[in-house]
Amino acid sequence: MLVEQIAVFLENKSGRLADITAILADNAINIRALSVADTADFGILRLIVDKVEQAKTVLRANGFTVGKTQVVAVEVEDRTGGLAKVLRCIKDAGINVEYMYAFVNKTGENAVLIFRFEKMEEAIATLQKEGFTILSKEQIYSL
Amino acid sequence: MYWQRELECMDRAELERLQLQRLVATLKRVATNVPFYRKKFQELQLNPDQLGSLEGLRDYPFTTKQDLRDNYPYGLFAVPLRDVVRVHASSGTTGSSTVVGYTRQDIVTWSDLVARILTGAGVTANDVIQIAFGYGLFTGGFGLHYGAERVGASVIPISSGNTKRQIKIMQDFKTTALVCTPSYALKMADVMMDLGVNPNGLSLRYGLFGAEPWSEAMRQEINARLGIRATDNYGLSEVMGPGVAGECQECNGLHISEDHFYIEILDPDTLEPVPPGEVGELVITTLTKEAFPVIRYRTRDLTRLMPEPCPCGRTFVRMSRMLGRSDDMLIIKGVNVFPTQIESVLFDIEGTEPHYRLVVERENNEDKLTVLVEVVESLLFDEMKKQKALIEHIKKRLASELGVGVEIKLVEERSLERFNGKADRVIDRRQL
Repeated sequence: MLVEQIAVFLENKSGRLADITAILADNAINIRALSVADTADFGILRLIVDKVEQAKTVLRANGFTVGKTQVVAVEVEDRTGGLAKVLRCIKDAGINVEYMYAFVNKTGENAVLIFRFEKMEEAIATLQKEGFTILSKEQIYSL
Repeated sequence: MYWQRELECMDRAELERLQLQRLVATLKRVATNVPFYRKKFQELQLNPDQLGSLEGLRDYPFTTKQDLRDNYPYGLFAVPLRDVVRVHASSGTTGSSTVVGYTRQDIVTWSDLVARILTGAGVTANDVIQIAFGYGLFTGGFGLHYGAERVGASVIPISSGNTKRQIKIMQDFKTTALVCTPSYALKMADVMMDLGVNPNGLSLRYGLFGAEPWSEAMRQEINARLGIRATDNYGLSEVMGPGVAGECQECNGLHISEDHFYIEILDPDTLEPVPPGEVGELVITTLTKEAFPVIRYRTRDLTRLMPEPCPCGRTFVRMSRMLGRSDDMLIIKGVNVFPTQIESVLFDIEGTEPHYRLVVERENNEDKLTVLVEVVESLLFDEMKKQKALIEHIKKRLASELGVGVEIKLVEERSLERFNGKADRVIDRRQL
């Protein structure tokens, strides 16, 4: 039920994001979703890609520091209140969200929410109990 | 103005006779009382009684800061602890600090030596002297304090910090002489400006500055901004503390109290004497210290001698202001910092050989040390909260290890230049 996300350390200087995306493109790696958390000095880029191991290898070969984390991908219908329902369920269970980001899949019907929870296992159990669709690695990579 | 005219202006030939006599006595004493020296002398088959000239000291082994650390805390004391009336320790780390001791007579000697530099700088019994050096294990505060009392000046033992209060007291108590680091003097000038205090309205006339490297340009700035005459003085706790050398009112080089210290200027690589007047490492042998004598102590400070006579009449040789270090030690806000200390903390946290760079700057007349750390996988988090917590953790660990605050800047892996051989990890941007 967990999806692998890669994290890349970036100094806050121009062109670094372009460098990374170019490296991934040159290696035919597809970015499914991304988000950046940043400070004045540096940023942490988080990526969901279709070929995780290959992405890590090529980024490391190009001098980037790469870490990996497990995240949860929840699929909801792309309409008003979709995210709110998920968050209310998590809030009621007393679980904190460390961070999240979202993307809309190709058909445009569903949105995919990427979550990092404070308590991952508990969050998954709660979401499943409430009937939310949790995507597997394979489902995400092949979207 | 002299404190001990007959000594400070003594004939050079007579001085050398006195030095040799005291040197033999010191060598004999450490050979008898300090196992560390006894063993070294025996290994080299050195007999202090056979020392026929001052140059003969060149056969004797050096003493380094590492030797002092290895003998922590009392291993190099030459008298029993019951004869020790004071203990100081060098600034820097807690784990590897170096401890020095003083007998009652050492304190008297020390007070006189500091009285010499105070008098040389113009201070008399009529002065009100504000000592803004830290009091404590650091030798600066107490060293100047005892010397100033010896001169008979009115001493304000305010210690360091709280700049506004320093200025208030300076105004209210009509301070005439200020003792602190040169960068702190400039900081005081800045704060005076902020507070709208006109330095010309103060009673301040003299400043005695030391404990960190500075330049002639900085002296001119201090003189102009505070309306005083600033003099430089030099000392280090391993040898005595302040009072080893100080400028007279010529403000052109520091007279070394040669009746108490025998100095050599050596090439730091070959350890051979440099030609007179050339830059080399200052190596000091104490001639009168009782509790903590040191033989050929490598200060790692670079200077050059100024052998020509000084118009002030003192015969003690002068040395230039400190021109740098022969190792990679940094002095940050008066605290000694070694890159290896930073390296070991980072190693501890990262679990691997760290790649880092130290950047030293001076902002608003205060030293600022920034450690650039390359982010390896063990230091990378996907959550910003954890990433920031790591930075705080490194900061705290370094601050407690070094005794001075630092800034941390994370940089990308392999972004710092790699070196072959001795890494030059320090970028010093201080414009002194």
